[in-house]
Amino acid sequence: MLSLSTEVNPRIDKPHNLRLQAVISLFRKDLLLELRQQHALYGVMLYVLSTVFVLYLTLDQPVAETWNALFWVMQLFVCINAVAKSFLQESRGRMLYFHTIAGPAEFVIAKVLYNLLLMAGMNMLTLLLFIAFMGDPTDSFWLFAGISCLGAFGLSLIFTMLAAIASKAMQQASLMAILGFPVIMPQLLLLMRLSKLAFSETFAAGADLGIVWLLLALDASVILLTLILFPFLWKD
Amino acid sequence: MRKSWWKILCVALLAYAVIGGILLPVPEIPQLQETIRNLYYHVCMWFAMMILFTTSVVYSIKYLRTLDISYDLRARSFAAVGLVMGLLGYGTGAIWAAYTWADPNNPAYASFGSIAREPKLIGAAMAILVYFAYFILRDSVTDMDRRARVSAVYNIFAYAMLFPSIWIVPRLLPSLHPGQEGNPALNFNDIDARMRMVFYPAVIGWTLLGAWIATLKIRLDILREKKWSNA
Repeated sequence: MLSLSTEVNPRIDKPHNLRLQAVISLFRKDLLLELRQQHALYGVMLYVLSTVFVLYLTLDQPVAETWNALFWVMQLFVCINAVAKSFLQESRGRMLYFHTIAGPAEFVIAKVLYNLLLMAGMNMLTLLLFIAFMGDPTDSFWLFAGISCLGAFGLSLIFTMLAAIASKAMQQASLMAILGFPVIMPQLLLLMRLSKLAFSETFAAGADLGIVWLLLALDASVILLTLILFPFLWKD
Repeated sequence: MRKSWWKILCVALLAYAVIGGILLPVPEIPQLQETIRNLYYHVCMWFAMMILFTTSVVYSIKYLRTLDISYDLRARSFAAVGLVMGLLGYGTGAIWAAYTWADPNNPAYASFGSIAREPKLIGAAMAILVYFAYFILRDSVTDMDRRARVSAVYNIFAYAMLFPSIWIVPRLLPSLHPGQEGNPALNFNDIDARMRMVFYPAVIGWTLLGAWIATLKIRLDILREKKWSNA
């Protein structure tokens, strides 16, 4: 344990091969913890439910454009709440233990995968609740579900990195929102534009696929940056 | 003298930009008239801001490579001066917009809602918000080394995310702002030759002034750091 804390410069780390086994076990650990300590998961679900209910009481059946905007803002807040705890729940002692068994890349990949799964689930829940309470203005449900999944992936990727940054500072949850909003804006604008496909708005030929590729390229660059930058947050 | 040539250059260029900016002839455009001279201040502020933010990110990368705390102080000072330049860019832009874009039938502030939706303004607002968040992040970490590391990581991450957004957002939204297809003022044909004579020296002058202020701040910070570590 002591020898670990003396290693200050992350560059000293040998670039060791990524062990898939470690990624899988860390991922399983997160999943098992979630299933055993269910209060956190139910907490986020209840957050989704009560927010949709408040929206329903204040607006009941909004027009398509409002529905779309509300859905994505909702998605943003759900993502902050769901992803924030991924680094918050790790105590100091537990982090020290992870240092001894895994490298930074393995740890962060497991977190990213877990958050992707979590956000995919929360995304479907939000979508179903939205349609149940506030009507279904989409022309093609499955198209919108697919776009919202793409959006949920992008959001959870960015917020995983921001949660890692915020976990090193005080008042993490509110800090995550401050750090994240300016960074997430372009993705959100692209997603809102793209989801108009599901409201049968016509696009210039190829423009819709262009946006999808742009979003995927953004996601890829976020993954790359996370892999490069996370090792510097790992050593303390 | 060898070290201070760029400060002399800075003063000379700014003197030229201010005097020449007010006196030299400008093209006559009916919508703009004499407000066109604001180009020498408004656009230069944005240029200086982007250059200073870029310098800040370069120092953040250097910090992560060497873990030398003085690089962190440099990154912070350049970001701070960049932020001031950004706010000045907003101020000069607001004055300009009040005379050109704002609806003359209403008070100028009533047009704010529609002007703030401008893609260029959104891009600038995002850059400024990112660096405000950077300073709040810095202040919320107490340990010095950890603060330096965490803020350097955020600086690099946010800057890398900012660039695609400045490139994407203008292509999604309609705009009144000049330079719709890409980056205004980088295109040589955008600006009249007479204005270029003042504009480019002004950009260099304001950027040098920003760098000068930043180096003064850095020297002060390093002295303060030494004093505390010796005490």
